[in-house]
Amino acid sequence: MTDVSKRVDTVKLVIDGVEVTAEKGELVIRVAERMGIAIPRFCDHPLLAPAGACRQCLVEVEGQRKPVASCTQTVAEGMVVKTQLSSPVAAKAQAGVMELLLINHPLDCPTCDKGGECPLQNQAMSTGRADSRFVEEKREYQKPIHISSQVLLDRERCVLCQRCTRFSEEIAGDKFIDLMDRSSGEQINVYRDDFFGGDGTGDGEVGDGAGDVPFNSYFSGNTIQICPVGALTGEQYRFRARPFDLVSTPSACEHCASGCSQRTDHRRGKVLRRLAGDDPAVNEEWNCDKGRWGFRYATATDRIMTPLVRDAATGELREAAWSEALLIAAEGLKAARERGVGVLPGGRLTVEDAYAYAKFTRTVLGSNDIDFRARPVRATGSSTAITEEADFLAANVAGGTGVTYEDVENAPSVLIVGLEPEEEAPILFLRLRKGHRRGNLKITAVSSYLSRGLEKLGAALVAAVPGDEAHLLGTDPAVAAALSAPGSLLIVGERLATVPGGLSAAAALADRSGARLAWVPRRAGDRGAIDAGCLPNLLPGGRPVTDPAARAELSLAWKVEPGVLPGTAGRDVDRIIAAAADGTLGALLVGGVDPADLTDPRLAEEALDAVPFLVSLEMRQSAVTRRADVVLPIAPAVEKAGTYMDWESRLRSFGAVLKSTAMTDGRVLEAIAALLDVTLNTGDVMAIRRELGALPGSTAPNPAQPAAEAARPAQPAGDEAVLATWHQLIDLGSLLDGDQVLAGTARPPVARIGKDLAESLGVGDGDLVTVSTVRGTVTLPAAITDLPPRVVWLPTNSPGSTVRRSLGVTAGAVVKLSAGVPGPILAEGAVQ
Amino acid sequence: MGTFTGSFKGFGVTFAHMFRKVITTDYPFSPPKPAPRYHGRHILNRHPDGLEKCIGCELCAWACPADAIYVEGGDNTDEQRFSPGERYAKIYQINYARCIFCGLCIEACPTRSLTMSNEYELARDSRQDLIFTKKELLAPLLPGMEQPPHPMRLGETDKDYYLGALTNPGTSVGAERAPWAASATHDASEPEEHAARPETAGTVRREGAA
Ligand code: SF4
Ligand code: SF4
Ligand code: SF4
Ligand code: SF4
Ligand code: FES
Repeated sequence: MTDVSKRVDTVKLVIDGVEVTAEKGELVIRVAERMGIAIPRFCDHPLLAPAGACRQCLVEVEGQRKPVASCTQTVAEGMVVKTQLSSPVAAKAQAGVMELLLINHPLDCPTCDKGGECPLQNQAMSTGRADSRFVEEKREYQKPIHISSQVLLDRERCVLCQRCTRFSEEIAGDKFIDLMDRSSGEQINVYRDDFFGGDGTGDGEVGDGAGDVPFNSYFSGNTIQICPVGALTGEQYRFRARPFDLVSTPSACEHCASGCSQRTDHRRGKVLRRLAGDDPAVNEEWNCDKGRWGFRYATATDRIMTPLVRDAATGELREAAWSEALLIAAEGLKAARERGVGVLPGGRLTVEDAYAYAKFTRTVLGSNDIDFRARPVRATGSSTAITEEADFLAANVAGGTGVTYEDVENAPSVLIVGLEPEEEAPILFLRLRKGHRRGNLKITAVSSYLSRGLEKLGAALVAAVPGDEAHLLGTDPAVAAALSAPGSLLIVGERLATVPGGLSAAAALADRSGARLAWVPRRAGDRGAIDAGCLPNLLPGGRPVTDPAARAELSLAWKVEPGVLPGTAGRDVDRIIAAAADGTLGALLVGGVDPADLTDPRLAEEALDAVPFLVSLEMRQSAVTRRADVVLPIAPAVEKAGTYMDWESRLRSFGAVLKSTAMTDGRVLEAIAALLDVTLNTGDVMAIRRELGALPGSTAPNPAQPAAEAARPAQPAGDEAVLATWHQLIDLGSLLDGDQVLAGTARPPVARIGKDLAESLGVGDGDLVTVSTVRGTVTLPAAITDLPPRVVWLPTNSPGSTVRRSLGVTAGAVVKLSAGVPGPILAEGAVQ
Repeated sequence: MGTFTGSFKGFGVTFAHMFRKVITTDYPFSPPKPAPRYHGRHILNRHPDGLEKCIGCELCAWACPADAIYVEGGDNTDEQRFSPGERYAKIYQINYARCIFCGLCIEACPTRSLTMSNEYELARDSRQDLIFTKKELLAPLLPGMEQPPHPMRLGETDKDYYLGALTNPGTSVGAERAPWAASATHDASEPEEHAARPETAGTVRREGAA
């Protein structure tokens, strides 16, 4: 839009007798498309490099001896193109190609998942012959083979267009599938033993699988979506429905802060599949496998459908009517108001629901004790008086950073700290990779090792011992050099909060270098919760709670007495937990929070046990609902409308996919508030949107940036090491429950250690290593990796490695290492 | 005068009918015989070994102008095989409150699984009972057939079932007539025999209700 004045070189050409102006270098097929001329095609995809693999798009170009593929032919001045509409030569060529493609295509349409939305079916109807002249036997392959636990490949159906391999190589960088063999045996396959002189027979048949490298890419689902035939299908959707009996609804992904737009298809009240939506500004046409396949949690058998209250006589939870449960919740919260009520809404809320929590806490509970962050917000063991992250979010993130995906793609250089893009923000990863592939984006990462994800970004590593990032941001010349070009970006992840002084150093570095700063959280609701006011130091709209003018603005908008909104910052998540555990707080109101995600799960569970009154707004049975006095069921994302805010601060609104009677958090809170004589007005998404839209912009001055001291990393001694850890994309997260086939594509959990530790422990790749703290142990096979000395890396929440629960620490902590399984005393506990 | 001749004419019509063929049917004691290709209740046919012909492809549901058919596909496994090949109909329903007996579903079916019988006694006393499921629609097991799930008995792969299709009529031959109506249709190829009328789903209900 902005570059209307930018001069582009154009050429004039004629397509089907119509003169048309095109940009130099444009492909003929694109120009024809713009004119409304549909040329049949298989391999062509606007986001992939031209390949000319299928030859279905042949057109006649005057002066050329043979028909040419319009998907690889660029326009030229004076070119005269005739498509199948005006040229019998082109039409004949296309029909011929179609006949050849169908020679070996099986008659699978009735059982094929693609049937009904299949480009081959459609184009065979438009371009093919009505009858077959082929009487010979068709080529046969073993019917679908699993190339990962999730993706099935039916090689008979493949038309060798190479969309899947080009996507995997160009976009995702996961070259797990490729063309194999030659001639009529040419096929797509994963790398198998027999192709490399192993014990296979070389015929492409599936061996025993021992030497196979599965297609475990986080983006494998996209190949299923772009495959123009039914050669690639997904285990989860296989045979479940036909496109014509699905109802499609545009939706937004609830998993991470990337903000993918999606399409959710349902039938008879059940979601059957999700596809990547088309949003060029955000996810282009891609999504990740977690967003695509991770939707079964909403239909888990432990879903709570009716309110539960704790029976006074038996002490057990029993089902109750809404009116009874709401009344008990309201009375309990009212009684606890004096002593204080802590609110932990969690990071998975829509902006609307987060706003409801923020308003409820301020107007009904008269408190600022609210914190959406369900994760470590400071280094293990550091004082809870430090509010570095909250200050950083107030000063640098609330209201928006202005950095967008487009900026990332076009930046000259990006420095990444405290973030593993492929694991924590997959679509940001794809954008970074797009910039990298174009050759204009230099990526530097401050991390403990060069992960495969970072390698795929061509990133330069500034190796950091966990805990040392703040120091490096301040002093390392490579860091300064990475941000020297104008327009550079500094992208920090939420994990930087666990490095003392890390966020302060990042903010200072951005100021110093002129680079723009972006903050990337992990959950879909995190970013929105900040602006909705779910922090102890921020009111909705990024207003500091300590600013009297900001409070006055809000009191006016909310029509409450000026004194109602408290003027001092409340407790953050760690302090709420501590206060609940030591009996200070009278009640807790908890949304979608899993205590296992908090810094110290054991303390969190003690707090939930200790607090006199616990209200839980949950969808499924959890560690919180088991301890709650009142459980109020709320709707999963598919059953409600709402808005997520992605890391760019872009709003991702969506409507309800399924009709249901389940209520949003906002509606439940409104009902409780009504019993306490407060009109919350958060029962209806539209009403909240209107209210949010009518809120005046904050006039409060931007709060000061945090200036915490940069700490140096812990000094391990003897058999100790410093722990590095982050979440894998596909792990034990509660939104992935019930997706076994998806879990099969997760990265196998390993403990990464450097050569130094491997030598001193005497272990090699694959040998078991035990990481322990006083709390417990984690035992995983070792993977020897290029790590800084005395650093061990563990996945945060993967099978066999639940760092916070088992070890009670987070990144930067000192842990003990030993070879093999833990000794007999520890082992006893570990077996459980 | 006019009145007299008028009523005489009227009685004349009545009188003349006494010599015409009686069209009153003695239903339900001797049900009328529909034409051999009468569009009656559907049948889901079986292969000669008892496996279901239906592959759950939903093409019948797609073709149906009345949206009367609901199909949900499922995976055949080696342990649980209902039809040859990979896919079978886990759920198959025809809603006779909607069906207009046009037969378009029969034309759409790629496996000749779906055909129509001559059974027309489809009245039920609740909407729920008008939704026929696999239980009601599947053709009865003939001698030599085995109740699925069971492995493929007629060949190694599903291709053997389809390539031998001409010699593999399944139950289509017998089942296209309602079970009780085998003798009641005008089908010269069938020897006439007046066996006792077997029960249909309809007669069972009616007698049960009485
Ligand atoms: S890929 Fe398309 S044409 Fe081929 S079997 Fe499937 S639906 Fe039919
Ligand atoms: S599997 Fe699909 S996308 Fe891949 S080459 Fe074959 S037809 Fe193309
Ligand atoms: S006979 Fe016609 S209306 Fe009845 S189920 Fe078949 S297609 Fe539908
Ligand atoms: S009856 Fe025929 S058309 Fe209908 S699902 Fe079964 S095989 Fe497909
Ligand atoms: S679309 Fe042009 S060659 Fe495939």
